[in-house]
Amino acid sequence: MVAVDFFSFKRFSAIVGKEFVQMRRDRVTLAMMIGIPILQMIIFGFAINSNPKHLPTVILAADHSVFSRTIIAAMQNSEYFQVVKTVADEEEADRLIEDGEVQFVLDIPQQFSRRLVRGEKPALLLTADATDPAATSNALAAFRIIAEQALARDLAGPLRYLRRHDAPLEVILHRRFNPEAITQYNIVPGLMGVVLTMTLVIITALAITRERERGTMENLLSTPVKPMEVMIGKIIPYIIVGYVQMGVILLAGRFLFGVPLIGSLSLLLAASLLFIAANLGVGLTFSTLARNQLQAVQMAFFFFLPSILLSGFMFPFRGMPVWAQRVGEVLPLTHYLRIVRGILLKGNSFEQILPHLWPIMVFLAVALTIGLKRYRGTLD
Amino acid sequence: MSEAAPVIDVRDLTKSFGGKTVINNLSLRIMPGEIYGFLGPNGSGKTTFIRMLCGLLRPDSGSGVCLGFDILKQAEKIKPLVGYMAQRFSLYEDLSVRENLNFMARVYRLRNVRSQVAECIERMGMARFAGQLAGTLSGGWKQRLALAACLLHRPRLLLLDEPTAGVDPKARRDFWDDIYNLAAQGVTSLISTHYMDEAERCHRLAYLAYGNLLAAGTAEEVISASGLKTWSVSGDDVHLLTPQLKSLAGAEQVVPFGNTLHVSGHDPELLAASLRPLMNGKYHWRQIDANLEEVFISLMQQRGEQ
Ligand SMILES: Nc1ncnc2c1ncn2[C@@H]1O[C@H](COP(=O)(O)OP(=O)(O)OP(=O)(O)O)[C@@H](O)[C@H]1O
Ligand SMILES: [Mg+2]
Repeated sequence: MVAVDFFSFKRFSAIVGKEFVQMRRDRVTLAMMIGIPILQMIIFGFAINSNPKHLPTVILAADHSVFSRTIIAAMQNSEYFQVVKTVADEEEADRLIEDGEVQFVLDIPQQFSRRLVRGEKPALLLTADATDPAATSNALAAFRIIAEQALARDLAGPLRYLRRHDAPLEVILHRRFNPEAITQYNIVPGLMGVVLTMTLVIITALAITRERERGTMENLLSTPVKPMEVMIGKIIPYIIVGYVQMGVILLAGRFLFGVPLIGSLSLLLAASLLFIAANLGVGLTFSTLARNQLQAVQMAFFFFLPSILLSGFMFPFRGMPVWAQRVGEVLPLTHYLRIVRGILLKGNSFEQILPHLWPIMVFLAVALTIGLKRYRGTLD
Repeated sequence: MSEAAPVIDVRDLTKSFGGKTVINNLSLRIMPGEIYGFLGPNGSGKTTFIRMLCGLLRPDSGSGVCLGFDILKQAEKIKPLVGYMAQRFSLYEDLSVRENLNFMARVYRLRNVRSQVAECIERMGMARFAGQLAGTLSGGWKQRLALAACLLHRPRLLLLDEPTAGVDPKARRDFWDDIYNLAAQGVTSLISTHYMDEAERCHRLAYLAYGNLLAAGTAEEVISASGLKTWSVSGDDVHLLTPQLKSLAGAEQVVPFGNTLHVSGHDPELLAASLRPLMNGKYHWRQIDANLEEVFISLMQQRGEQ
C-alpha cells in the first residue's frame, strides 16, 4: 500500500525543475524581471542624482555692503542658487516662497556687515521651501560652506583678525513645509524593496492562475502532488530571480550612485530571503484567490500601491497619520526598508534588525497559511 | 477464482453546478480488467463523472469506492494508481515532449526516470518529436503524448476522456491494441468516446444523457434492452424514399448508409404494417438488428420527449 506522504522531495524537485524550464522559455517575462530593476534604477537614479541646481532664490536684503554682495556672488557661482530678485519687504519674500515662485529666501539682516566686522557673529537666515526635500537638501548643505568661504576671502588685510574665530558668521537653516528631509541614499535601498515587491508578487500571482487558465491544473491535480510541493516548488525559482534583481540594484547603486554598504552583505542577503519569501507568499495567495490572470494582476497592484505609498518609500513614515502608520507596519516592505537602510547606511547588526525581521516572518506565515487553505485541491 | 471486488463502485453520485444538476444519482460498477465505454451526447456529464472519480471534483452527494478507496475521503490514495487523461490537452505546451514525460515520471516518483521516458518515447513512436515543444505538436500527436504521459506510471485504472478524438485510424488501432494488452494484464479502463466503432470494442458500455444513466451493459444487452427494431432498405435512388418513410407511423428514425436506409422504431408490428405497402419489389427490404448509434439516438430522443 502507498504510505500517506505529505511531502516528497522527488515530486517537489520535479515542480522546481519544470518551473525553471518554463521560466527560461518565457523570455519576455524573464527580460522584464531583469529589465524592471534597471529601468527603475535609471528613472529614480536620475532623480536622485540630478542634484537640482539653479534654484530660484530671493534675497531679502536689509544690508547692502560688500560682504552681502560677496555672499550673493558666491551663491550664484556655486550654481545651486539663482538669485532672481532682491526685495526689501519681508512679506513679499514670504509670498514668493509660499507661491512656490522661489525655493529659497536669504535673509541678510540689518547691520550685518557692521556686526560682522565687530566680530559679533551675525546670523544669516536661509529659508527653504522643503516640500520636496530632495530638491533642497543639497543646496542647503552647501550653503554654509559657500558663505564661509566667500567671506574668508574678503576678510583679508586689516580684517584678518576676524578669521581667528572658527566662523565669522552664523548660518541658520530653516526648512519650511516639511521638516523631515530624505537623503538621496534612502532611495536606492528603498528601490530594492519596491522592485522585489512589484515583480515577485505579480509573477507568482500569475503562477497558479496560469495553470488554471491553460488547463494544466487538471493534469497537475490528478497526479499525487501535494499543495505544499506546488506552492514551494513554484516559489524557489523566483527566489533566485529576486536575488538577481537585488544584485543588479546593489551593483548599480554602488557604481552609478555611490551608495555605501556599511553593514554586512551576507546579513543583507539573509534578511532579504525572508522578504522575498513573504512577497512570493502573497503572490501565491493571490494566485489561489484569483479566477484568471487579469484578476491576479489586479490583486498584485492592490497590494503594491499601499506598499509603495505607506511603507516610507515615497513619503516619510513618521509624517503619516497614525492609521496609515498602522497599515504600514503590517506591510513587509516597511520593515524591509528599515532593514536595508539600516544595513547599508548605518551598518546595523543582526540584533538591530531583529525587531524588523519578525513582523515579516509573521506576515509570511499568515500569507502561506491562507494560500495553503485556499489552494483548491479540486477544479470546483 | 473468487469474484473480484469491483474497481469502481459508485452509488447515487450527484453533482450540480450553480443549481443545475449535471450528474443525477448515478450508480456504476466496473470490474477489474474491464474496458468500459462511456457514451452520451455533449454536455451529458461524462467529463464531470470522470473528474469525480479521480478526486478533481467533489460530488455533492452519494458515495463510491475506487480501487478500494473512498472517492470522497481517500482521493490522495487513488491518485497514484490512476492514469487520467483529460479531454483538453493539459500537459505543458511550453515544455518539450521529453520534458513533459520527465515531469510526469518524477511526479509519480518513478525509478530510472531517464530510461523509462526514453523507452516510452520509443514505444509511442515519438522519437522524432522528443525535443519539440508540446504546444507545437499536431492535435493527434498531442493526444498520443497525453496518453503516453498517463501510462508512464503503470496505473491500475485508466480514466480516459475522449482519448482518440482527432487521432488517425492507424493510431486509433494502435491505441486500442494497447488498451487490450493492458486489460489482459488486469488494467481497467473507463473510456469516454463519441465513436460507435469504439463503443463496440468495449466490453461494456454506459450511456449517459443529461446526467442520467439511460443504459448500461454489453453492446448486445444495450441493443436488445432498447427494444428497437430496424429495417434496412436498399436499391438505386433509395434516398428518394426518405421523406415518405419519415412520415410513416412507427418509423422513429430514418438514417442513410450509402445506398441503404435504416428505418427503426420501437413498435415492430406498427412499423411492419406501415412499411408493407412500400415493399413492391423495387427495393430490397431486410429486417436487421438495430445498431448502437440508432439505439443511442433513440434513447436521447425519448429522454428529450419526457
Ligand atoms: N466547472 C463547471 N461549472 C459549471 N458548469 C459546468 C462545469 N463543468 C461542467 N459543467 C456543465 O456540466 C455539464 C456536463 O459537462 P461535461 O463536461 O461533464 O459533459 P461531457 O459529457 O463531458 O460533454 P462532452 O461530450 O462535450 O465532452 C455541461 O452542461 C457543462 O456546462
Ligand atoms: Mg467531456
